[in-house]
This record gives sequence, C-alpha cells and structure tokens, in this order.
Amino acid sequence: MNLYAIGAIYRFEMARTRRTWMQSIVSPVLSTSLYFVVFGAAIGSRMKTIEGVAYGAFIVPGLMMLMLLTQSVSNAAIGIYFPRFSGTIYEVLSAPASAFEIVLGYVGAAASKSIGLGLIILATSALFVPLHIAHPVWMLAFLVLTAVSFSLLGFIIGIWADGIDKLQVVPLLIITPLTFLGGTFYSTNLLPPFWRTVTLFNPLVYLISGFRWSFFELADVNIEISVAVILLFLAVCMAIVWWIFKTGYRLKT
Amino acid sequence: MTSAISVSHLDKTYASGFAALKNINLEIRHGEIFALLGPNGAGKTTLIGIICGIVNPTNGRVTVDGHDIIADYRAARSLIGLVPQELSTDMFSSPWTTTSFSRGLFGKPPDPAYLQKVLRDLSLWDKKDAKIATLSGGMKRRLMIAKALSHEPRILFLDEPTAGVDVELRKGMWDMVRGLRDSGATIILTTHYIEEAEQMADRIGVINKGELILVEEKAELIRKLGQKQLTLELREPIAAVPPQLAKHNLTLADGGCKLIYSYDTQREHTGVTDLLDDLRSAGLHFKDLFTTESSLEDIFVGLVRQQQ
Repeated sequence: MNLYAIGAIYRFEMARTRRTWMQSIVSPVLSTSLYFVVFGAAIGSRMKTIEGVAYGAFIVPGLMMLMLLTQSVSNAAIGIYFPRFSGTIYEVLSAPASAFEIVLGYVGAAASKSIGLGLIILATSALFVPLHIAHPVWMLAFLVLTAVSFSLLGFIIGIWADGIDKLQVVPLLIITPLTFLGGTFYSTNLLPPFWRTVTLFNPLVYLISGFRWSFFELADVNIEISVAVILLFLAVCMAIVWWIFKTGYRLKT
Repeated sequence: MTSAISVSHLDKTYASGFAALKNINLEIRHGEIFALLGPNGAGKTTLIGIICGIVNPTNGRVTVDGHDIIADYRAARSLIGLVPQELSTDMFSSPWTTTSFSRGLFGKPPDPAYLQKVLRDLSLWDKKDAKIATLSGGMKRRLMIAKALSHEPRILFLDEPTAGVDVELRKGMWDMVRGLRDSGATIILTTHYIEEAEQMADRIGVINKGELILVEEKAELIRKLGQKQLTLELREPIAAVPPQLAKHNLTLADGGCKLIYSYDTQREHTGVTDLLDDLRSAGLHFKDLFTTESSLEDIFVGLVRQQQ
C-alpha cells in the first residue's frame, strides 16, 4: 500500500479547500442559514410540527443531506477534473499507486470536506433550533456512507466531464431537484398516495428518510431499506470506478 | 546485467486506428544518456507515455530494470522520473508544495533536506514559496525537472526539456543532465534540437512514423553515416568544372570561386590525393582549403528523407 501517495493526494486536495474556504465552507453554511430563515422561520411559524417534531428541527437532516450530496459530488468532481484539465494528471497516472489508492486520496478528501461541512451545518442548526439526535452512531454512519458514495459519483462525473459546464449538470439538474423532491422539507407521508408512490422511485428519499430516522426515529421508509439503498449505490459507484481504471476511460489513451 | 529499459515488440494503435508505434524493440543501458530523435508525430511521446504508464500499449512488453511495467508497475514506476513536454503543474501551489506532493505520490517519505538540495541545484530555492503562476517560463521548466527528481529516480525521461528555453538556460540544463548521468542516473531524452543530442547523448535512436529506424552510438553514427567535404578556394574563378575533373563529381560554388568535393571517410581511398593531382594537371591553383564533417542534423534529415 502506497500510504505516502494517498496522503499526498489527500493533503493536496484539503489544501485546495483551505485556499478556497469562502466557496468551500462559508458559502454552503450561508446558504443553509438562509434555508433556515426562509423555511424554518417563515413557514415554520405556520407549520408548527410534523409528526410531533418541530418543523425547524425536522428540516435539519434534509438540509444536511442536501449540502452533503451536492458538496460531495462537486468536491470530488472538481478534484479529479482539474488535474485532467490542467494536464497534471500525468503525474498521478505515472506514480506507483494503485487505482484504489488514487481513489482513496481523492474521494477521501472530498468526503472529509463534506462530512466536515455537514457537521458545521449541524452546529449552525443548533443555533436556530433545539436538536436531539436519537442515534448518533447511525447518524455518523449515514453521514459517512452518503459522503463516500456521492464523492465516488462526483469522481465519476469529474472523469466523464469534458468541459467545466458538465461538472455542474448532475449536481444542479439531478441531485438538487431529487433532494428537494425527496422529503428535505416535508415528510413524504404527507403526500397523496399516488405521489407518495412516485417518490419511492427517488433514491434520495431513502437516504433522507434514513438520516432523519437517526435524529428523530421518524422514517418515511423502512430503515433497513434505506441502508440497503445506500450500500447498493456505493457498490454501483465502486464498480464504475473500477471499470474506469481497468479500461483507462478518459484517463489513458 | 538487465537493461535499464527493455522494450520488445511494442505496438500502439489508437482507437482511431492510427498506428503510433510499430514493433519497437529497444534496450537502454544503465547510466547512459539516450537521445530519441524524430519529427513531430513520430511516436516519441507515445513511447515514453507507455513506459511511464500514461498510455496503454496495444501489444508488446516493457521492463524497467527487469520489472514489467504492468505486472510489477509499482517497482517499475518508482524508478522513473518524467519531465513531460507540457508545463503541466498546479499554478496555484508553490514549488515547495508541488515537489513535496510529487515525492509523496511516488511513495517516498518526506525529506526536506533533499528537496531543498533539488530546488537549490535548479536555482528555485528563492522561489520555493512563490505561487507557480508567477514564475517565468524557464523557472516553470526547471520546476518540472525538480518535480521529476523529487523522488530520487534512477531513470529520468526528459521529453523536449529545453523547448522554449533560452540558450544560456539550455546550456545550464545540459550541465545538470550530465551531472545526473555522472551520479549514475539513466537519461532518456527526446528533442527537436539536434545540437542537444549531439552535445549530450551517448547513443541515439531515430524514430519516424512509429518505427525505430536506427539505434547507434552517437560517435559511431556520425562516423558511419558521416560525409566529409573538402572545399578548395580557387585563386581565379572558373565558369565550369574542367572535363578532366568530371570523375570527382565536384560542385562549383560561390560564383566559381570554390570547388567542393564530398567523400566518405570510411572508404579505403578517399580520392583526395587523386583530386589534388588532377587539379594540378588541369592548371587550377587554390589559395586555401578546409574540410567539414556532417552534423547529426544532416544525418537525421537524411535518414528521415530516405524513409519517406
């Protein structure tokens, strides 16, 4: 195992976050705070509770998940796209490092950043609403699994993208809408039966539901199914990354 | 003793169907400076890319100090440092950060003293904390070399290392490369500057259209393929070469003031004595004479033209 290579990639990526802390940290925290003001304060004043949980607290897991998903994808996508774009990828490809080690460096850094961000958002939320986490270990497990899985997705997007515009396509056009429609700000149980059935085809419903369960023991879908969905998603992403390195897709000619 | 690099029956055909390399066989010895010459698109960078792990080979086998580049890629790659043709580095980091990154990437523990020496040797120490984007082109080029040297490689690939570098800096780089060779490193150099190969290389390979046309010791190559020319400056200009000198295939130059005789140094009889005798018989007198040898550039151009 080339631990020095993993460390070098990881430190390099984390250093990039420090250089761009305004976009990497301040901007997502500010956006989340605005969600609290708009949804928590404005709507929450009319909608007191959902299934017995104060509305302001109810949206915290959804907001964390929203940031976690978009940031994991963006961080990992930019992390691998930038060396491809600038040509510095030659060094990574010619290093005595396996595909696993390279991915661990990039995805580990992207996931660390989003987990850190998620925890900052959690701390920020505590300033607005009283929070209680029923299953902290499960909460952390969901946080880590989701961050890693979506960082892997971001890594795939960063390799697939052949222009900067494509980096934003998946986060903006797929992840954000699916998160909003996946119960970030509401319980899918409140939807009419037809639309509730439709939302079950949205994989993010399972992530948000599972994550919310770890806070309030309230779930729109069975917790075991939530865990299975995230593990399945992780496995699919790992298989695609394995294929990318095996074939050299968009990395080697 | 194993070769530093052994390439056997190597082919590379891109997805477009373009055959970039065709049955390349090459042995590079330990401790030599090997120059790979060839026109644009000849396959030099593809060959280097395959050896370094950046390009997938289609067929064939490559070993680095006996380690297969695919089956035993860790051992093979850890021996290699690559200076690519393009100035590809993260413009927002510093020389110190980027060389530390390169060292770690190649599996070496941090060694600030060694990195300091590399940066000092390449006159980059004063700029170690500067943003790379602010460095001059020459400094960036040297930084690429520093990155390649950061993990103490035993084999160094220099792909057009002095492209766009001024004459003074180029000569400084040549000295540095010679110094590396003297310290036991094997250097593989691709260049457009024939003078560079002529100055530095121990052996030369010529590649054209994906085929390795020739591999030879530099001195031997010049000796084998080299032509010598004898130029005679006449006292009086002449309008045409006299018929009695026709057998010598002379060329009249400089408005009839110079006669040029080309001959092969390898032949037993160069024909110079016969020419001088015949000149005297023809009543031609010369005030001066001198000889010139073919440069590597002449040989290279000749070889490539021959293949075309």
